[in-house]
Amino acid sequence: MINNYNFGFLDEGSKREIRRSTLKAVAIPGYQVPFASREMPIARGWGTGGLQLTLSLINKNDVFKAIDQGTDESVNAVNIKNLVNTTTGVANTTDTNAATIIQSRHRIPEEPMEKGQVLVLQVPMPEPLRFVEPKEEKTKKLHANKDYSGAWLVLFEKIIKFGRMTGGAAHPVMVNDRYIMSPSPIPKYDNAKLNNSQALILLGAGREKKIYALPPYTKVESLAFEDYPFEVEDTSKKKCRLCGVKGVFFDEIENEKTGEICYQCNDTSSCLKRLNKKESA
Amino acid sequence: MEIDKKVLQVLNITKKFGDGCPVCRENKEILIKNYCPHCQTIYACRNISFDLYEGEILGVVGESGSGKSTFVQCLYFDQKATNGEAYLSNYKGGRTNALEVSNQEKRYIKDYIMGMVYQNPFLGLKMNFSAISNVAEKLIAGGSRNVGNIKEISNNLLDIVNIENFRRNDNPSDFSGGMQQRLQIAKALSNNPPILFLDEVTTGLDLSVQANVLDLIKKIQRDLKISMVIVSHDLGVIKMLADRTLVMLNGEIIESGLTDQILEDPQHAYTQQLVHSLL
Repeated sequence: MINNYNFGFLDEGSKREIRRSTLKAVAIPGYQVPFASREMPIARGWGTGGLQLTLSLINKNDVFKAIDQGTDESVNAVNIKNLVNTTTGVANTTDTNAATIIQSRHRIPEEPMEKGQVLVLQVPMPEPLRFVEPKEEKTKKLHANKDYSGAWLVLFEKIIKFGRMTGGAAHPVMVNDRYIMSPSPIPKYDNAKLNNSQALILLGAGREKKIYALPPYTKVESLAFEDYPFEVEDTSKKKCRLCGVKGVFFDEIENEKTGEICYQCNDTSSCLKRLNKKESA
Repeated sequence: MEIDKKVLQVLNITKKFGDGCPVCRENKEILIKNYCPHCQTIYACRNISFDLYEGEILGVVGESGSGKSTFVQCLYFDQKATNGEAYLSNYKGGRTNALEVSNQEKRYIKDYIMGMVYQNPFLGLKMNFSAISNVAEKLIAGGSRNVGNIKEISNNLLDIVNIENFRRNDNPSDFSGGMQQRLQIAKALSNNPPILFLDEVTTGLDLSVQANVLDLIKKIQRDLKISMVIVSHDLGVIKMLADRTLVMLNGEIIESGLTDQILEDPQHAYTQQLVHSLL
């Protein structure tokens, strides 16, 4: 741990400001609260929003886990872990159940999260209506008036052009029957995990300077049409090549020489856990 | 045709840009056109009052800058009228001034009671969405969540305005000007509004396309019994379509009456000039 930095890199005033915005976000589920995003030692767009949430909330008793696209070992996850570790000294883990704060990019862990845990998601584009209305001033009014025809229109346009609701990630959700929210680019496979989640879910967009949140047990519905219901990829028949599990979110791996396609668990820590269990048994 | 039911009653709509000064408030003669040289206030439209009856077409004619578009935009809530009242028979029984209700209520009125066709299609259409989605937008805003139904209604409307099947998935930015106007009309009609505003719909279109669009408007009015307010500087358009006509000059209505009457027997000097230039 480096001692000539304040605990958690940010100064106490900044932390307080971020916590205050977070509190407001928790009080109004799905509402995007603006905050003064600080300059971080990583580039904007690489998880500065999530990192600021993590560093403002972390304390010495926490156990920290970082995920990047499902794995604990990719560059982004490792660097964020190192930064948190060197500026706070808290323990890192890869075990979802052992962690108290989990910062993630693109995934919600496969193992169900429990009461008391906090999931921090990194968000590049917090505004679900941006594709319909480029002006922030106007989208704010649309949210305030609950004028969400644009969000459905985007899905309708996809059905018209491609015959189904394409877009595998960041499928918009209706939070608590009030605000439409972009659930960061998690695959729509994970959307179901947002609904009635036991863990607190915080979403931070550093570049766009927005924080929003889903308090535990919040109703979250994926947008859909009556005759085009919300559907996720069917993974029940695919099988992980390492641990053999079925029905989780997979990476598709193609062997370039033979053209063979095989699948592997996207969530590496849960895959590893299953492998270890097999070995010890 | 039953023309005794008022669908819209407009009283004293005024829109001014600037605060006005004692001089121009007391004395209208001081104004140069609609501009006050003392306080630089522009009176875009002054004390516009009229009734619109069910199934009729009301023409509004006047020179450029006479305030025609401004008052229509005030009625469609695109601009906030400085003062004035508007009562819609389809909204709370015509007892509430629609210009003073909340934004949510105004949105409801725009979604269900009024349609608008703008002079500039970029204002009325979403250029990066397909034609059919543009028509669907109002239906979705109106609460429809069934793709099959939305598609069916949208396709029927696109049939009415003669947009071919193979162009319906294209973006309106790839359409010709006439097609964009026709698409706007389809969009404005999507929630069966009892009132339709048409702001210079044929301006900038070539004559054959103009005739096409005008025929379409006439047909829609005949088949669907929609009341329309048609704004145009072209007396030819008014002559062809409008049952009654308002003539505007410098932000005020200077003459109103049956279209034939105004064309045959214009009273005001400006109207006489206008009619003369037509013939």
